[in-house]
Amino acid sequence: MLVVSDLRSGYANKFHLKEISLKVDKGSLTGIVGPNGSGKTTLFMTLTGELGIQNGKVIIDGKDISALSPREKAHKIAIVTQNTEVFDISVEDYVLMGRLPYKKPFQLFEKAKDFALANKFMKLTGVFEYKKKLMTELSGGEQQLAAIARALCQEPELLLLDEPTSHLDIAHQLSVLNLIQKLNADLGLTVLMIIHDLNLASEYCDHIAMMHKGSIHTKGIPEDVLNYKNIEFVYDTVVITQTNPLSKKPAIFLVSDKVLAQNKK
Amino acid sequence: MKGKYFKWVYYIIILFVLLILSAWISVSFGEIDFSLIELFQIMKSKTGIEYTILNNIRIPRILLGLAVGGALSLSGVILQGIYRNPLVEPYTMGISGGAALGVALAIVFQLSSVFGSFFLPVSGFIGAAITIFLVYFLSIRNNHLNINKMLLIGVMVSFIASSAVMFLMSTTSTENVHSIVFWIMGSLDTSNQFLIRIVTISSISGLVLTYLFANQLNALRLGESKAKHLGVNTNLTIRVLFIVASLLTGISVSVVGVIGFVGLIVPHMLRMVFGTDYRILLITSFLGGGIFIILCDLVSRTIISPNELPIGVITGMIGGVIFIFALSKSKIN
Repeated sequence: MLVVSDLRSGYANKFHLKEISLKVDKGSLTGIVGPNGSGKTTLFMTLTGELGIQNGKVIIDGKDISALSPREKAHKIAIVTQNTEVFDISVEDYVLMGRLPYKKPFQLFEKAKDFALANKFMKLTGVFEYKKKLMTELSGGEQQLAAIARALCQEPELLLLDEPTSHLDIAHQLSVLNLIQKLNADLGLTVLMIIHDLNLASEYCDHIAMMHKGSIHTKGIPEDVLNYKNIEFVYDTVVITQTNPLSKKPAIFLVSDKVLAQNKK
Repeated sequence: MKGKYFKWVYYIIILFVLLILSAWISVSFGEIDFSLIELFQIMKSKTGIEYTILNNIRIPRILLGLAVGGALSLSGVILQGIYRNPLVEPYTMGISGGAALGVALAIVFQLSSVFGSFFLPVSGFIGAAITIFLVYFLSIRNNHLNINKMLLIGVMVSFIASSAVMFLMSTTSTENVHSIVFWIMGSLDTSNQFLIRIVTISSISGLVLTYLFANQLNALRLGESKAKHLGVNTNLTIRVLFIVASLLTGISVSVVGVIGFVGLIVPHMLRMVFGTDYRILLITSFLGGGIFIILCDLVSRTIISPNELPIGVITGMIGGVIFIFALSKSKIN
């Protein structure tokens, strides 16, 4: 589905990705984790086309991403960022904006199919009952669900999520991630998401790529990636890893300096 | 959803009716008032001083008011859309300053006496065009138009032009100062049919061209990068719309002078009433701007009749008061 090979990109005289290679299989749910400044957002911006590729290639569904027009790219990749831009627009109109890449050059109005898809994805994401409400009237979690519905309206092959749960409380974090997992399972949607919370990454992702100083330190299934050695090396902090008794996935515990000092004694 | 589109048609019809009513009121009142029956009789007879007043003064003024009001309001709504900044208006970009400088230079150096009175609007347009060119090209880096940089450059160009105009005013004759001030305050008092035609054709063409970008403007409400994610060629969209908005402003200002507040107030008020969707906002802003200017011109002509107040005074006072009132009552964010 998505093949990133020897990718180098970044800002002039500043941070650079260092020849990154990554393969995201069709229908997988892959998480990108790593400390601040490790290159997650730079990688993300390169995939979305906001940063130019200096070296290497990004191939999506067999096509070189740099050869695609913005419109063709929007057919293949949909993006949900951590901040949902809200203003006085109804939820329905907001979700319908996802159909923009499918409008013909001078087509100003939506067709019946566009409304049908918007309704379908609003129902799927649970915001259908708010369709006439303004986006500004929704909670942060509901706004994020509407943003996902808008992204789904693009009928993408790859859904990119940039910390979709970073501003949400735990209940909304779980509802957003449960939805993403369901979309991944039911629609076969390929998902690549940047996620800060290692426990959530462990719980929801099939595969994880852990970034460190502009390159991928390690990648694989959560059990292989989220061990204390990798985490302590990349994050430069002490953690305790155990196994979640229900999911059998790695669970990470943080330890304060005070507790650490007490236990060293 | 189709109900929304029907509602839009209904809104447009209402604005058309209001436009016709404003035009009718404006054509009827002035130094001499006409009833509706008299209007029909005069226009049918096509003779007499009354016919000359209607045909050569009032009707062209209404047409010019509609075209200029529509153009400035459209320009405001486009620029606010591009910048996602509600305080941006056509004059923020320095275009009016450039036009004022062009006109001031033409007045100070008596170019109108050499090239004819037509040269005044031409020099205004040259000033506006140079400003557009400067702001546009100074804002491009690596083939990318930086809109924040463009806004700052526009504001700076505006300051420089204003200072240059003040310099000219402080060093020229009182008569020239009077001419410059009179032009800056704005007026629809032109009987030049050619200029009226140019402004009318430009503003209608501007509306049609901008309307083709209504979906792209809608996407830009999410921000430039998110609009890109939706497949919008933001670089092209912003360039085309900036040039359209600038030309609309430049042409209007060079013909009628600086009529302030229209491009700021009218789009805001209409956004409060009709929402933020550019597919309805562009048309309603155009019509609303026209209605607003026609009515303000009527007030400016009649309030101290037989003298005339500069229309900029009326647009600022009436528009500002109505806007503050509407904003305080509005629940819209």
